[in-house]
Amino acid sequence: MSGRERILGRVRRALADVGEEHPGAAARGGAAHAGGEPGRDGTAPGGAPRDGVARDYLRVHGERTAAERVGLLATHLADYRAHVHRTDAAGLPGTLAALLAARGARRVAVPEGLPADWLSASAATPVPDTPALTARDLDAVDSVVTGCAVAIAETGTLVLDAGPGQGRRQLTLVPDHHVCVVHVPEQVVDSLPQALERLVPHRPLTWISGPSATSDIELSRVEGVHGPRALDVVLLSADASPTAPPSPR
Amino acid sequence: MTRIHLGMPAPPGAAPAFPDAAEHSTRDTTLRNNLRHATHTIRAKRAAAVAELADWGELRAAGAAIKDHTLRHLDHYLEQVEAAVTAAGGQVHWAVDAAEANAIVTRLVRETGEREVVKVKSMATQEIGLNEALAAAGITAYETDLAELIVQLGQDLPSHILVPAIHRNRAEIRDIFRTQMSRWGRPAPAGLTDEPAELAEAARLHLREKFLSAKVAVSGANFVVAETGTLVVVESEGNGRMCLTLPETLISVVGIEKVIPSWRDLEVFLQLLPRSSTAERMNPYTSMWTGVTDDDGPAAFHLVLLDNGRTDALADQVGRQALRCIRCSACLNVCPVYERAGGHAYGSAYPGPIGAILTPQLRGTVSALDASLPYASSLCGACYEVCPVAIDIPEVLVRLRERVVEGGPVTVRGTRAVIRPARGHAAERAAMRAARWAFEHPRALRAGQRLASRTRALHPRRLPGPGRAWTRSRDLPEVPAESFRDWWQRTRGDRGTA
Ligand code: SF4
Repeated sequence: MSGRERILGRVRRALADVGEEHPGAAARGGAAHAGGEPGRDGTAPGGAPRDGVARDYLRVHGERTAAERVGLLATHLADYRAHVHRTDAAGLPGTLAALLAARGARRVAVPEGLPADWLSASAATPVPDTPALTARDLDAVDSVVTGCAVAIAETGTLVLDAGPGQGRRQLTLVPDHHVCVVHVPEQVVDSLPQALERLVPHRPLTWISGPSATSDIELSRVEGVHGPRALDVVLLSADASPTAPPSPR
Repeated sequence: MTRIHLGMPAPPGAAPAFPDAAEHSTRDTTLRNNLRHATHTIRAKRAAAVAELADWGELRAAGAAIKDHTLRHLDHYLEQVEAAVTAAGGQVHWAVDAAEANAIVTRLVRETGEREVVKVKSMATQEIGLNEALAAAGITAYETDLAELIVQLGQDLPSHILVPAIHRNRAEIRDIFRTQMSRWGRPAPAGLTDEPAELAEAARLHLREKFLSAKVAVSGANFVVAETGTLVVVESEGNGRMCLTLPETLISVVGIEKVIPSWRDLEVFLQLLPRSSTAERMNPYTSMWTGVTDDDGPAAFHLVLLDNGRTDALADQVGRQALRCIRCSACLNVCPVYERAGGHAYGSAYPGPIGAILTPQLRGTVSALDASLPYASSLCGACYEVCPVAIDIPEVLVRLRERVVEGGPVTVRGTRAVIRPARGHAAERAAMRAARWAFEHPRALRAGQRLASRTRALHPRRLPGPGRAWTRSRDLPEVPAESFRDWWQRTRGDRGTA
């Protein structure tokens, strides 16, 4: 017998005691229980057992305006020692150039789909992300600039889904400095449940809450072990300065 | 039904029974001071992180209910995992026990032609002794979590789930790095001091070379989503991301109880785990992957589903709740016995209260160590109070004590059996000495009782919803569940021969 059959057989024998008093029991019984209480415990369409779990926890911990939500994100990012900056479309190239210059970055990794003008003011040499770019190549890159898929205010978390402007996972891992641009308020949600709703499970996802850290040595927190030791987050608002629209380059 | 004997002497070379190891630890003042500092610090931070969420009680109940539901339909969800992972380009393997799992992983590594693997901290691979099995096959496994690196370089054993090297202070760590790093790869920088930041930098440099050249990685997973085939790894340092992203082949060894049904269920566990574990709103890095992705991350992905005694635990109506565990380590940090005894005394990958109920169920209560583990507790209930999935650890401890003392029906490697009482055998003696050890450290007991009585009001006394019928939970009695003295009298007092 294969390992698969043995394990599944053991699981089924182990569960032989579970009677019908248990929610979901009807799902196992199949048609024999069709006349029971299908509304409560029955088999869901497609044959998946209903979980009967009371999800009476909160979707969101507090009501906020968009501005408050962005403010909370900034506070929580800073709590975990990310550096937070705010700008608008017109100011973005200058902000990014300054952040890269402050780190002395000479080479900066650029994911596919990053808007071309974002790095237009930076003197750093762009290193485009291609499948041929190896981790060892990236080890010789100083910084990386990306966007993100969604940001969570209540936890101070950025989620990258390898979509346009974010690049492959290793791009934001090997260089020691990550600059992440968040469109506010559109990309900011209040809570973790809301973020999961926005994400596509089949994409490779990286959730980032502050820079890499360890507390393994006598519990003293040290920033930066293997991931980027410096995390700059730029909150990019579209409407901050209506008088200065993105320059029509 | 087969009859097996419980009171077998421990096999040669087996770990010492709990009381012997615990006696050793309590004399080690460095260990005790480190542990005390660590557990008290995390405990206080955790309480603050949990207090931020007004709906903690509801999340906790939902977490327990989702896990119970999953276990109740585990066959269904395991098949769903297999289908989803396969559809996403991964390969699924099934390992009944440690030997099978080790053989599968060894074969998979051999097939790549590599002799080295990088590892991200995984309790399942510790449980099965994977590193040793790989070493026997001529394959070197490099631990990449900082604490695991310290443990591996120091030729030592982990002592805490979350901070496995908590028994080492900074000077010891510096000495280990200085003397041992060169034997495994890049040596420690000259003039290394015992500053934590410098030690972390030394680890970064030492391991960077390994990450950049590694072709094969081995990981565990915190969660596997059946609906989508997605695996989730929660970490802090980035070594997990390195292992999960850079190598060409990724092998994940995952206990079958790590499955959760739906993507949405993550909204419960990703709120419960970080706050309960590291006392953070969210841990620095969480990685999620589904099979393989073109040009991003490993081209080959293997999922090894591990039983190794889990279905035996599943067969016990009281004990099965231990399979809800999400390995947050909160129960260690509140346990007065753990604080005094240290993690090594528990003799397995799983220290503290969770180890005391999980290890004897996974391995059986046959050896002196495993029979003594259910006695490594004062039944103060603090572990239950903090557990984010509401595992009634005292209830399971009492159940396992009964099994040691009175024998009874159990499932051993998938077969129903009746075990005999341990009375008169080595296992009983070890168990009684463990009980005496706990008894003779009244300060530890009192500390635990005070803590429990302070926190009890914050938590539901009884699990609502489906968990009730499932676990046959009873109301948790007032603290302590049964006073230690009463229990001692009842089980130790003369009741005639068994
Ligand atoms: S038993 Fe509960 S508290 Fe202990 S590690 Fe598991 S989930 Fe955490």
